[in-house]
Amino acid sequence: MSEEIEKLYKDMAQSIIDGDSDISVDLAKKSIEMNIPPLDAITKGFVIGVNYIGDQFGAGEAFLPELVMAGEAMKAAVAVLEPELLKLGEARETMGRVILATVEGDIHEIGKTLVGTMLSASGFEVTDMGVDQPADKIIGKALEIDANLIGLSALLTTTMVRQRELIEELDKENLRPRIKVMVGGAPITRDWATKIKADGTSEDAVGAVQLAKQLVGKA
Amino acid sequence: MSHKKIKTISDPKLKLEILSKQDVQKIHEATLHIIENVGVRFPSKRALQIWEDVGADVNPEKRIVKVKPHLIEDALKQAPPAYILGARDPQQNLSLDGNHVNLGTDGCGVEIIDIHTGVKRTTELQDVRDIARIADATEEVAFHWVPVSAQDTPVEARGLHEIKAVWENSTKHVQSESIYNADEAKASMEMAIILAGSKEELRKRPVLSLMQCTAPPLGHDGGSLDAALIAAEHGVPTGFMTMTACMTTGPATMAGTLAVGNAEVIAATALLQLAYPGAPVFYAAAQTASDPRTGVYTGGGPEDFLFGAATNILSDFYNIPLSMGSFATGAKEPNWQAGLEGSLSTFMASVVMSDMLLGCGFLHGSRIWSYAEMMMDCEIFSIIEKMMHGIEVNEETLALDAVAAVGPGGHYLAQKHTIKHMRELFLPQFLDRRPYSKWEETGEDAREWAVQKARKILKEHKPDLLDEKISKEFDRIIKSVEKK
Repeated sequence: MSEEIEKLYKDMAQSIIDGDSDISVDLAKKSIEMNIPPLDAITKGFVIGVNYIGDQFGAGEAFLPELVMAGEAMKAAVAVLEPELLKLGEARETMGRVILATVEGDIHEIGKTLVGTMLSASGFEVTDMGVDQPADKIIGKALEIDANLIGLSALLTTTMVRQRELIEELDKENLRPRIKVMVGGAPITRDWATKIKADGTSEDAVGAVQLAKQLVGKA
Repeated sequence: MSHKKIKTISDPKLKLEILSKQDVQKIHEATLHIIENVGVRFPSKRALQIWEDVGADVNPEKRIVKVKPHLIEDALKQAPPAYILGARDPQQNLSLDGNHVNLGTDGCGVEIIDIHTGVKRTTELQDVRDIARIADATEEVAFHWVPVSAQDTPVEARGLHEIKAVWENSTKHVQSESIYNADEAKASMEMAIILAGSKEELRKRPVLSLMQCTAPPLGHDGGSLDAALIAAEHGVPTGFMTMTACMTTGPATMAGTLAVGNAEVIAATALLQLAYPGAPVFYAAAQTASDPRTGVYTGGGPEDFLFGAATNILSDFYNIPLSMGSFATGAKEPNWQAGLEGSLSTFMASVVMSDMLLGCGFLHGSRIWSYAEMMMDCEIFSIIEKMMHGIEVNEETLALDAVAAVGPGGHYLAQKHTIKHMRELFLPQFLDRRPYSKWEETGEDAREWAVQKARKILKEHKPDLLDEKISKEFDRIIKSVEKK
């Protein structure tokens, strides 16, 4: 490997560690100009940075905003490289496809958004549908993108029942265990998750990533 | 015989200056800048129409409203600076007048440490009744929030089942934080009118008040806005509570988080005044700092304590009462952390004379109700109440006659002056002052005594019954909401 390419990979990793989307995007574009295979740019460059910051976060050295910024920089870089991958008929190997949504009648989203960032940074392909989403729309989207996993958020004690409704609907349509469901939100307890037959719950975003990996068999 | 006395903090001798006049002015100006230039989201047709009608800049798609400073400032001037919270028993009416700190129960939890088994489980309607009954007998608790969610009742009428349960088990004021849509709000007004006797009586003596959470940063929930407007229409006190958290839903800096939360609260408060000038409103807040490593809600820590003191300065600036989050803790059981966070947050919110404190009883970031924690929180409140009286210095308290009678050496135990004043000294219920050997023998501590006290109250206390006819009327109203 030429020194120039080696330096590029290093800079790519550093741009993620610094959480600098402008630089990560520039470097992604540069790699295309240099005819570097886009998959290499991702796995030998950017992912190294994501893994580093993830380890630092796990060790309590990096703070959440650093992790989020790294996730954003990664997402921005991958967005540049993805069309190139498509042209080559290649696909980035992902941990799985995840749908995220806040249930109908509920507009709270920060926890869900955070889980989305962490899942993306961990190699999942995340489709975040946003807030106030009815069950049929979520299921429709899950089928459309052939999702492995649905992550359902609810903050209110009166909207958490919508999580159960979605799971019942999936069961009725025999879509489980093909599609797994994880639930979350401030009022969500393990007892609740068990009661509504969800596949799991986590109290925080780090735990949600572990859970998602388990559920797609990649823990 | 039920206890009717309510312990509130009044005529304080302690003072704290946490923000200078210039600081408050800067926060106010930053807030107006935010409302005018960044805007606040009001996802309610009715709210957007009200803003439109007064000429605010409304973006109907994004449902974001930008408002000129004078509109906000003029609207806020309409708000009454003081009023009462009515109780089913008028002796227990509470004054929100800047000279009373009233403690409420916290809300709204989803799990509870069972009073008999000590095992954690999901909350039910019976828990709402039991907690209300214990709070009714506890003089430190001045009013109720709905403490835990009645998860065994239908969601569309849950908020109504909950206030009915509290009213049936206590004569004290009820403030619900769990009624946040128009249907339930309308039904709760019907219930409150029946309890007060008439629409006019309800205005004079609002036996119900509603608290709505904002949706930070800079947003509101549509249902909450509609519910608040319905309450304001009935003269039922209404407040918007910001729970902005440094680093996640607010800037990492405390001043920035104060300004963002302030923008949420005063924009919505102004909306109520534009719709119903003079409607009783209050400021509500429970700002916090997210944990810097993980981003989780902390419910405790030095930033919380500072917010607890700073917010009353803001609500005083706007001349409306404040309902302040205190006693919040991230502790998982009643322990060192719970005691620390409960004491400092409540002291800081009390020393500036926040009108309402929310409140006693919770563990784990307001999720798990603990009767032991409730009772011990009440003791902390009593200690702070005692501290707020400060030290009285006069001829009698300097006790020169007693000093002369005892002289050097000797003791004060046999002095009339001592007998006269000893009951002014604080007598704890749960502080452990026993000999070490006693503690060793029993192994019990405050937590055990506190839960025993709660059990005793639950067994023995008989609250004044609510007229059965009223209960039946409530059932009819609740049924009508459930049927939909």
